Amino acid sequence: MKKSQLFFLLILASVLVFLPQISSEYVLDWLTKTMIFAIFALSLELLVGQTGLICFGQSAFFGIGAYTAVLFSAKVDHTYLGYLLPLAIFAAALYALIVGALSLRTKGVYFIMVTLAFAQMAYYVIHDTPLGGGTDGIYLYHKPIIFRDLVLEGSTFIYFFTTISLFLVLGFLGLLSSSRFGRALVGIKINELRMRAIGFETYWYKLVAFVISGAIAGIAGFLFAMKDGFVNPEILSWHLSGTVLMMIILGGLGHLRGAVIGAFTYALLEEIFRSETIFGSFSKNWHLGLGLTLILSVALLPKGLFGMRDQLQKSLSLYLANFKKPPKTKL
Amino acid sequence: MNQVLLRGKNLSRQWGGLLAVNQVNVEIFFGKIHAVIGTNGAGKSTLINLLAGEVPLSGGSVELLEQDVSLWSEPRRARLGLGKSFQKNTIFPDLSVFENCRLAAQARHQRPWKFWETINSCTYSRTQAQKVLLKTGLHVLSEKKAGLLSHGQKRQLEVAMCLATNPKVLLLDEPLAGMGAEETNRMLNFLNELRPEHGILLVEHDMDAVFQVADMITVMVNGAVIACGTPPEIKNNKDVQIAYLGVAS
Repeated sequence: MKKSQLFFLLILASVLVFLPQISSEYVLDWLTKTMIFAIFALSLELLVGQTGLICFGQSAFFGIGAYTAVLFSAKVDHTYLGYLLPLAIFAAALYALIVGALSLRTKGVYFIMVTLAFAQMAYYVIHDTPLGGGTDGIYLYHKPIIFRDLVLEGSTFIYFFTTISLFLVLGFLGLLSSSRFGRALVGIKINELRMRAIGFETYWYKLVAFVISGAIAGIAGFLFAMKDGFVNPEILSWHLSGTVLMMIILGGLGHLRGAVIGAFTYALLEEIFRSETIFGSFSKNWHLGLGLTLILSVALLPKGLFGMRDQLQKSLSLYLANFKKPPKTKL
Repeated sequence: MNQVLLRGKNLSRQWGGLLAVNQVNVEIFFGKIHAVIGTNGAGKSTLINLLAGEVPLSGGSVELLEQDVSLWSEPRRARLGLGKSFQKNTIFPDLSVFENCRLAAQARHQRPWKFWETINSCTYSRTQAQKVLLKTGLHVLSEKKAGLLSHGQKRQLEVAMCLATNPKVLLLDEPLAGMGAEETNRMLNFLNELRPEHGILLVEHDMDAVFQVADMITVMVNGAVIACGTPPEIKNNKDVQIAYLGVAS
C-alpha cells in the first residue's frame, strides 16, 4: 500500500469513528446514508473506473439487494443476518450475471442503453406487480439478528456496521485492483483488442467484474434497507443510477478513493443546496444549484476531485516555467 | 527441421459482396520467415486476422501445432502459441513499458481467481517481461510510459509484447511501418535472431526488407495468391512482375 492510500484510510477511519461521539442523530443518519452510497459508488467504480464499462443500470442491483432483504425477512420473527445478507448479495449478483451475460455482447453506447433497459425492467417489475408492494413500497418490521440477542438495529449500531462494511469493501476492491485480475481489467479498459490478441478471454473477465460489482451494489442495497427499514421502487429508478455515476465522475474515475470522495462531496453539496439557512427560498430549487455545480466541476476538473492535486501541480509548474523565462529583449 | 507450425487451408473471407481473401493456402514452418506481400487492399491484413482468429472464417480451416483451431476464439489460439503484432500501434499507452510486457506475459499465467495475490508477487510474468525487455533492448526504457515512446520504440514494444506471450508462431503485420533506415535494420536483425526459435509470418510493404530476410514469399492480389516461392523465384516470376510492379518484361 502506498503512503497516500494509508493516509486516506487513516483519516477516513478516524473521522468516521470520532464523528458519532459529537454529532446529532441527524448527522449520524446522514453519514450512514452517505457511506452506503460510497459503497454503491465503489461498486460502479469497479465497472466504470477500473474496467471501462459504463453501466447505467446500477440501481437495479442496489434495489434488488434492498428488496430481497425486506421480502425474505420473516414477518413475525427476526431473521438471521448470516442468511439474509448472503441472500441479498446472491440475488443482486444473479441479476448482474443475467444482465452482464447479455449486455456485454454489446459495446459503447449500446452497452449503456442495454444496461439501462434491464434496470428499467427490474424497476417496472417491482413498481407494477404485487411482488414488491407497488409504488408504496414495503416496511421491514423485524431487523435481522447477528447472533443470539444482538439485533442489527439502532442508528449508532447500524452506523458502525456500515462503517465496517465500507472498509471491508474498500479493502476487497483494493486487493482486487492490485491482483492479476485487476491488472487484466485495466488492460481491458485501455485496449481490449490487444488483450484478446495476447490471450485473455475478455468477455469472461468483464462478466466476473460485472457480477462482483452487482454483488457489492447488493450489499449497499441491503444496508439501505436496514437503515431505513423501508424500501420503495424509487431506489431502482434510473435517477439513482445517474446519481451514482455522477458521484464517481465528481470524485475522479480510476481511483477507489475517488468514489468515496465523490459520494461524500455529492451528499455534502446536496445538503448545502437544500439548506434554507444558506439559500433561503432558492433551496426549493436545489437541483438547479447542484446541477450547475456539477457542470462547473466537470468543466474545471476533468479528472475529478481526486485528480485536482495533479492538475494544480501541473498548472503551477507551467506558470512558474513561464515566469522564469527571460524577458524578450528588443533588438 | 521441416515442421509446419501453422497451416491455413483454402482460407476465405467475404465482406458482403467483396471477397477479401479467396481460397488462400499458407504454411509457416519452424525456423522460417514467410513473407506475404501485395498491394494495398490485397487482403494481407485480413489473412493475418483470419489466422489469428480476430475475424471468423467464411471458408477453409486453420491448423496450429497440428490441431484444428478453425473454431477457436482468438485468445484461445493465442494461448496455444500464436502471437500477433498489429499494423497500427496497439499498446497500452497509459502503462509503463514494463507493465505492457508484464500484462502480455500474464496472459500465459492468468490465475484470475487468486485475487489476494498482488501482481508484483507473480514471478512468472515479471521475469518473462524482463527477459523480453532485455531481448528487445527496451529494458533501459522499462519505467517510461508507453504512450511517450517514439514511433520506432512503440513498434519494438509491439513486438516485445508479442514475444512476452511466449509464442511459437509470430504473425507480424507490417512491423517496419514508418521506421527509418537504421531502425529498419535493427528490426531485421532482430527478426533474424528470432527465426531459429519461431515460425514467422511477415506482412510487409518494404520490398528490400522482405527480400533480405524472407525464406518464402507469397504474393497476393485482390484476395488471391498469384505466386508463392523463394525470393529469387518470386523476383523472376512474370505474373508477379505484371501484377505487382506493373511492368511486362
